[in-house]
Amino acid sequence: MLTTISLAHYMVLSALLFGIGLFGVLAKKNAIAVLICIELMLNAVNINLVAISKYLTPALFTGQLFAIFVITVAAAEVGVGLAIIIAIYRNRLSVNLDDFDWLKW
Amino acid sequence: MVEFALHHAWLVPLLPALAFVAIIFFTRPWPMLSALTAVAGIVGSFIVSALAAYGVFTNPAFKEEPLVYAVRWFSMPGLQIDVGVQLDPVSAMMIFMVSMVASLIFIYAIGYMKDDPGFSVFFSYVSLFAASMLLLAISSNLLEMFVAWELVGLCSYLLIGFYSHKIAAREAAKKAFITCRIADFGLLLGLLAMQIVFGTLNLVELSEKIANFEQYTTFGILTLIAVLVFIGPIGKSGQFPLHVWLPDAMEGPTPVSALIHAATMVVAGVYLVARTMFLFHEVPGAMELVAITGGFTALFAATIAITQREIKRILAYSTVSQIGYMMLALGVGSMTASLFHMWTHAFFKALMFLGAGSVLHALHHKADVWEMGGLIRKMPLTGWTFVIGGLAIAGIPPFAGFWSKDEILAVTLESGHYVLFVMAAFTAFLTAFYMWRLIFLTFFGEENPENHPHESPAVMTLPLVGLAILSTIGGLVGTPWAPYWSEWIFFGHPHHVEPNYWVMIGSVVLAAAGIYLAYQLYYVDKAKSRARALAQRYNHIYTILYNKYYIDEIYLWFNHTIVDGAAKLFYLFDIYVVDGIIVNGLGKLTCLLGEGIRVSNTGRLQNYALVFFLGVLAVVVLLAFTGPSAASLIVGGVK
Repeated sequence: MLTTISLAHYMVLSALLFGIGLFGVLAKKNAIAVLICIELMLNAVNINLVAISKYLTPALFTGQLFAIFVITVAAAEVGVGLAIIIAIYRNRLSVNLDDFDWLKW
Repeated sequence: MVEFALHHAWLVPLLPALAFVAIIFFTRPWPMLSALTAVAGIVGSFIVSALAAYGVFTNPAFKEEPLVYAVRWFSMPGLQIDVGVQLDPVSAMMIFMVSMVASLIFIYAIGYMKDDPGFSVFFSYVSLFAASMLLLAISSNLLEMFVAWELVGLCSYLLIGFYSHKIAAREAAKKAFITCRIADFGLLLGLLAMQIVFGTLNLVELSEKIANFEQYTTFGILTLIAVLVFIGPIGKSGQFPLHVWLPDAMEGPTPVSALIHAATMVVAGVYLVARTMFLFHEVPGAMELVAITGGFTALFAATIAITQREIKRILAYSTVSQIGYMMLALGVGSMTASLFHMWTHAFFKALMFLGAGSVLHALHHKADVWEMGGLIRKMPLTGWTFVIGGLAIAGIPPFAGFWSKDEILAVTLESGHYVLFVMAAFTAFLTAFYMWRLIFLTFFGEENPENHPHESPAVMTLPLVGLAILSTIGGLVGTPWAPYWSEWIFFGHPHHVEPNYWVMIGSVVLAAAGIYLAYQLYYVDKAKSRARALAQRYNHIYTILYNKYYIDEIYLWFNHTIVDGAAKLFYLFDIYVVDGIIVNGLGKLTCLLGEGIRVSNTGRLQNYALVFFLGVLAVVVLLAFTGPSAASLIVGGVK
């Protein structure tokens, strides 16, 4: 039985991905893993953008364009994030987030 | 000449003021030149005053209309202040008396202050004092008078503390200044109230407006003004309870005591009340206050004077007592008698102070009368002039004091103040007693072998002789049979007191009794054993009197416990409430809150992210479960 894939399916997928990503951001101890999870959340948003664009305003490409923007920004952000993590690793020899609490006070 | 003096009366205060400036800026390095400048200033002022007084007292028009020369001092909407000079019988008499007594005292001071390192400075101060006092006497405006009033207070401070190497002199100067300042505050409030209510401080305008005060204010306000104004004279004239500074002021050089604290400055209070008589006249309650204050002070100070040992201190209490008489006379409504006593008192009290100065000069500042004795043999001029002063103050006719004191007693009796009359009469007895106690102890009896007295130089004894002559004849201007005085110096209408022979005889008998008692106790009884026995027998009374009713101690106690206690209370309030609770408390509270909040600041990014997430979740839940109004409340403006 083949059912058509509706907007709701995309949104559920997006929500699941976002949830997984959020969980990872909040719970993972490895900084690299947290970075990956942030990517997951961004991509969940991208799916939403593209899907909503496709179903609600098919004549316009706003959503798609936004998705491309997000991918570009995400690439830059990952670059900066990785650079920070490498710098921290060089100083502390650790990527465990529990060791990084110098932002307090 | 007389016309010139009448129209240039402003020269009277100006000449000594110029002398002051000249001494301070130019002649200070040359003591004798400074002294001559000062004497020239005051004598010039005396000549102008005498001519002006002659002009006033030969022209009856002055009784009705004073001669006023004024210039505008400053002017702003609703406030115009003039300064000027006002010549009428009262001010003419006052400038004449002040400049005459001051001239004699200045001359005396040349001898007394000889070899003093501060000779020039002394003469500059007394010149400034004379200028201020004459300005006070001749002012046409109460504000101008107040300025002069403060200036004499300043000079008094400078001159009491003249021997500034002595701690007692410095303390006395401060005491005088502060005590007078307390009183002047009342006076200032009174003047401000008058300016506010009547819109002027000009004496002539005020006298017209206050006569119809109902148009401007109520009786209650007027009473308040009169009482406030009277506080000033209480301080300046050494009336109870602010008399405490006057005896201490004897720390100053003796010419100062004679000039300021006997003849002129301390009677400024009497003069002020006399000048504002139009105010007091409308307020019978204030008049009663003046009379009671005066009568009480007269008796109170006389009782203290009985037991004192220092020659100048006795005279100081005598001054307080005599000014009490003047206030009493003012209070019972006789400006004539009051100013008459002021006039005669200036002569005999200046005489006695200068005599005391001559004694101190001879004995090298040994002040205790019990250590003196027999001085009249070595110092005949000082001694006999002092005796004349003693007769005058005791009220033995025909000396000056008799006429004025008799008139005060007569008007007190006539006005129906019987209690005050009895007090005043008893004071007359006490006055004769303590003054002759002083005279017998100082000038008669056994000589103290330790003393080597010598008569003072002529520059000091000649003023004594001059004042002795004035003390003898000065009262003849106002005898009941030839009342020239009351024809000129009066408030409202001239008031002739009928010669009251009972009062006259009574006052002479009282004075004679006082002198006789002093004679018995301190002259006949060579060993003074009876006097000592009396003091022994009534030891507690003697102690109270000797310690001046402990007024100083009461003030000290009051200051140390009440004032300092209140200060300590406020200090603690400041430390613990203002600083402790409000200032530091708020700071500490902020710190504590910070400490508390800082715990939540873990530094772990994931904790922060969790909080973000929970916050967003909370907003979403809220939006989901409430209506759009709550949404707009949170998001702001979005509908």
